[in-house]
Amino acid sequence: MSSQEIPEETLPAGQDTAHGAVKVADDPFADPGLPPHKPRIQDIDERAARRSERAVAFMFTLSMLATVGFIASYVIFPVDKIVFIWPFGHVSALNFALGLTLGAALFFIGAGAVHWARTLMSDVEVADERHPMQATPEVKAKVMADFAAGAAESGMGRRKLIRNTMFGALALVPLSGIVLLRDMGPLPEKKLRSTLWAKGLQLINMNTNEPLRPEDVAVGSLTFAMPEGLSEHDEHFQTEIAKAALMIVRIQPEDIKDKRELEWSHEGIVAFSKICTHVGCPISLYEQQTHHVLCPCHQSTFDLSDGARVIFGPAGHRLPQLRIGVNDKGFLEALGDFDEPVGPAFWERG
Amino acid sequence: MSTVTETKKAPAGERVADWADGRLGIYTLAKANMRKIFPDHWSFMLGEVCLYSFLIIILTGVYLTMFFHPSMNEVEYVGPYVPLQGQLMSEAFNSTMHISFEVRGGLLIRQIHHWAALIFLAGMFVHMMRVFFTGAFRKPREINWLFGFLLFFLGMFTGFTGYSLPDDLLSGTGVRFMQGAILSVPVLGTYLSMFLFGGEFPGGDFVARFYSAHVLLLPGIMLGLVVAHLILVFVHKHTHFAGPGRTNNNVVGMPLLPVYMAKAGGFFFLVFGVIAVIAAIASINPIWAIGPYRPDQVSTGAQPDWYMGFAEGLIRVMPGWEINLWGHTLVLGVMIPLAIFPAVLAAIAVYPFIESWITGDKREHHIAQRPRNAPTRTAFGVAWITAYMIMLVGGGNDLWATHFHLSLNSITWFVRIFFFAGPVIAFIATKRICLGLQRRDKDKVLHGRESGIIKRLPHGEFVEVHQPLSQGELHRLTAHEQYDAAELPPAVDENGVERKIGRMEKLRVKLNKGYYGDDSQIAKPTVEEYKEIQSGHGHH
Repeated sequence: MSSQEIPEETLPAGQDTAHGAVKVADDPFADPGLPPHKPRIQDIDERAARRSERAVAFMFTLSMLATVGFIASYVIFPVDKIVFIWPFGHVSALNFALGLTLGAALFFIGAGAVHWARTLMSDVEVADERHPMQATPEVKAKVMADFAAGAAESGMGRRKLIRNTMFGALALVPLSGIVLLRDMGPLPEKKLRSTLWAKGLQLINMNTNEPLRPEDVAVGSLTFAMPEGLSEHDEHFQTEIAKAALMIVRIQPEDIKDKRELEWSHEGIVAFSKICTHVGCPISLYEQQTHHVLCPCHQSTFDLSDGARVIFGPAGHRLPQLRIGVNDKGFLEALGDFDEPVGPAFWERG
Repeated sequence: MSTVTETKKAPAGERVADWADGRLGIYTLAKANMRKIFPDHWSFMLGEVCLYSFLIIILTGVYLTMFFHPSMNEVEYVGPYVPLQGQLMSEAFNSTMHISFEVRGGLLIRQIHHWAALIFLAGMFVHMMRVFFTGAFRKPREINWLFGFLLFFLGMFTGFTGYSLPDDLLSGTGVRFMQGAILSVPVLGTYLSMFLFGGEFPGGDFVARFYSAHVLLLPGIMLGLVVAHLILVFVHKHTHFAGPGRTNNNVVGMPLLPVYMAKAGGFFFLVFGVIAVIAAIASINPIWAIGPYRPDQVSTGAQPDWYMGFAEGLIRVMPGWEINLWGHTLVLGVMIPLAIFPAVLAAIAVYPFIESWITGDKREHHIAQRPRNAPTRTAFGVAWITAYMIMLVGGGNDLWATHFHLSLNSITWFVRIFFFAGPVIAFIATKRICLGLQRRDKDKVLHGRESGIIKRLPHGEFVEVHQPLSQGELHRLTAHEQYDAAELPPAVDENGVERKIGRMEKLRVKLNKGYYGDDSQIAKPTVEEYKEIQSGHGHH
């Protein structure tokens, strides 16, 4: 819009002029109105119309046959039959047959209906008037008057005591609902700060369910452990393992860069929480050469040879280490619980 | 019965209709709506895809509730799927295995349910983009835009709570992610988590709680919104594109009975049929291959359903910032993504109100705009999609790395940078493309259509013959409105008194200039320009 006087009203003018086909003789851009209807072949040739009719009926018939096929498949194919169908591979015969027949039964109803509408029903375009959403001033005036009358009759404005106490009552009553939510769960207290680990608990290999000896932990292997006394059949197993899951690796003691890590290890065997400090996925990828572990969910990477500090990814702090030693029977044992909360950070973590 | 038909009884159908009319007033309803006009455009079917997939989800979902047990009690698997026999799993997982392997057709319905959910969300996304880019959200449809947005938003959570129900290893990991994100909320995080899960994660309650949200609370609200959305579509009538005979004051198309009823009704069956075939040939969420959830186990390449990929990307690429002060932790690395996620969605939700504030336009708009004719809006929309898509890449950074043999770290850095740079580039590029297309339209109007016929003039010059457009085409290409850029009124009024202009108004005028200034639209051809060029023929 160049070099024009800036009008008060910058809206384009004349939205309402071009209703219908107001053909301004002098205006080549004027709306010429709806183009004349072009008849389809079915409109003029009864044979073509008959062809369309047969096509529609054919599709509806296919749908009926497909439904029969669906019922037959349901009866014929055993639920556990697996067949090879190229290119889908080994699939359940029942699922495949039911899906295709149901799909065909539905699809051909739709295809028939659409074909019917497109070829045989009238395709003459019709125009309908639109009406503004806004009410007329008279209607609005009537509503305002009615409202004023109603409000005056209620006495809301005049009897303030009633109004205020009513607002008070309505504001308070939802509190009951909120109070009822209290028993959705316990208060956090210190629950997230401790795990099942305690001094003297042996490290149980998750694979063999046997206590671990130091010689069981080979260099370059990643071993998962849980505390002694925990069993998969325990009622709270899932909740306990979500905090207590442990991973154990062996690093040459001279390769351990972090002083405390070395102190808390046993002959180069170090035990760290398996739960990622980002949002709590279990870490499961271990790079033997570098002693890096990677969380497969969000790719936080920790250096197990350097106090499990974060070297890449979205995690905010190192993995907690479990101090371990060997008991008099020669098994690896915990020398206490983790000294900081495991898993994702939270407000009270500090 | 009326007196005319005293001698002969009305047909049975009519008598039933009379009965219903006396109680429901159906004739009055039908008078207004039976022959209601619906305009035809392929993009109008996107909303229908959403509606129909929603209905399919409800139908199949009701079936699934007959077999699914929303319980986290541990049981040992004794079903026919050999690899899992003897494994401990929740009843939720066990019953999903039962649906998949022992209920005839159960697997099919489960797969239809899940596929339809993906299509429902994808349909809403594309439908929303259609409405956005054609400006169909303008007055009087802003509220309906919000209803639609809420459906998309609630749809994401209905989907999330739904795919978490089988309590498999993949979805359990997703729930853990959500719990970790909740923990990051300052002050309230641990309380919210304890209350949501009935104690520590995972506890024994969340499947039952998600179940009531997934089958009752969320779909109940959504059903209400769908009905409201449809009522408003009926009341407002569809928008249509400008063209011969199509104005802001009319709606041109075919009547509901019979054409639209056949097409739209038929389309329901087409959508259902296609989804059924997909469910027959393409496996989705094969929980038997994934296994039951264990908080200490995980599989690699874990991905949420696509509509959560954006949130997944945010959480993956965010640096792990944490602030520890006075015995408290502010988990910025998780909190910021958790806040950006709704903020980005809200940006698109409130856009109609921002645009109408900038234009100051209070009129009703029923003409769908061509995206090129609203370059700044189109550029904003494309920038938004760019940010969304880049975060989808971030959400699948491990898959991009393994499939394309790229460094995961570089992909993460790419996403970190281009989440900010990408939208800017997209904005500039889109705006330029739109202006280019506007110039082309202008050229077409003034000089006609390129015919491909080369003519040699007497003096040897070669020119391409341009054919003039029909009046209908001329009208179509010039029917769009153009705003003049707003200007601030003079600093002093006619009496020499300093005018007070609020800061918001200054901002509005600035934005308005950005939208409608010289650099942001190509003035459409005027009748004078057209006549001048047409009279001086041969001069191209």
